[in-house]
Amino acid sequence: MRLLIGTLFGLAIAAIVGLGLTYLSLTRGTAFGGLSIDSWTAWPKSGTTDADPYVRASIARSGRLPTAMGDGVSFTLQSDDEGKVLDGRCDVVISGVTPVARFWTMTLYNPNGALVANSTNRYGFTSQEIVRRSDGTFEIVVSPRASAGNWLPTGGVERYELILRLYDTAVGVSTKAGREVPMPDVMTRSCP
Amino acid sequence: MIIRWLLLILGGVLLGGIVHLATVILLPRTATQDAYARLTPIAPVNTVVALPAPTPEKAIMPFMDPAFASAVCRYDLSQGPLKLRVPVSPAYTSVSFYTRNDVAYYAINDRAAGRRVIELDLMTTAQHDQVPEDEEITAADRLIVESPTVTGVIAIRAMAPEPGLMRAAQAAIAGARCGTAQPEPPPPTPQPQPQPRPRR
Repeated sequence: MRLLIGTLFGLAIAAIVGLGLTYLSLTRGTAFGGLSIDSWTAWPKSGTTDADPYVRASIARSGRLPTAMGDGVSFTLQSDDEGKVLDGRCDVVISGVTPVARFWTMTLYNPNGALVANSTNRYGFTSQEIVRRSDGTFEIVVSPRASAGNWLPTGGVERYELILRLYDTAVGVSTKAGREVPMPDVMTRSCP
Repeated sequence: MIIRWLLLILGGVLLGGIVHLATVILLPRTATQDAYARLTPIAPVNTVVALPAPTPEKAIMPFMDPAFASAVCRYDLSQGPLKLRVPVSPAYTSVSFYTRNDVAYYAINDRAAGRRVIELDLMTTAQHDQVPEDEEITAADRLIVESPTVTGVIAIRAMAPEPGLMRAAQAAIAGARCGTAQPEPPPPTPQPQPQPRPRR
């Protein structure tokens, strides 16, 4: 009897620890193997056959097709440069330049990967649509309220993430964070 | 008595680590909502199917780029190699290849292809080994891609850098074709046999 209780206890711990770790590692994002530049993170290996089991499991669970190497690379942004989680009720300013690429797109998603409904049906910008300053830099205002210039509406949702996709670019598996890959700055300007 | 329980906890944690690794490795094979499973009901095998643009209410897959017109060809190489032909759009066109488990193994874009049409043959390693060598030489300007799995998905995507160009991107995608190399079943559109043409 004591042996049975002990075995069940051990197995229960194994199940909780094992499944808990799996759930956490797949929902909280797999931090290792990523290329982090400022607050932006990419997993260039997720678009290759070198993808590790965690990346593979996370891709299968989410149901997306990852951006393949040779097509481009995706950078995800979940918090601003001070580490504050992006809040759709605040005004967040993305400014600066992107790494060299033939085209890029920046798109706003909710944490499940769906586009966020808004009155103007604008879900993101492409490198060709963006209005730039004379020095080539740009500024995107991500905010629930209409704003002049490049306004990306959040629809007032609490949590969102931005994905910057660089297409036909040299940024990839061998890229190290540095001066060749300047990522835009991210600042939360005002919060109600 | 306490030592006994501590040992049980330690054993449980160790076993938990094994459970964790096993579930992570097995998950891609058992996932019922992965990209391939989502595409299966709408995409017949070895045919190009255009995907509707993602909207906030409905999207076939999460994290689709709304600036692109996209189509997929869900392939099955068990009947023979696959021929793929994608006319490029004015802006940017890419073709990405995924295994049955959604792992990207190859991608090519319009600039890398270097011409107005991306044309290639997809086959398994075993089928590639059977291609006669002289044929491979005459078809030197034909690109051959090896698929690690017999089934998989090809994603064909054309960019619309501004909303007004979406129609042109969709038109380019609509001209894409994939199908088995043998013309035994009547092909949906008559296609000229690829003649060995002069290289540029």
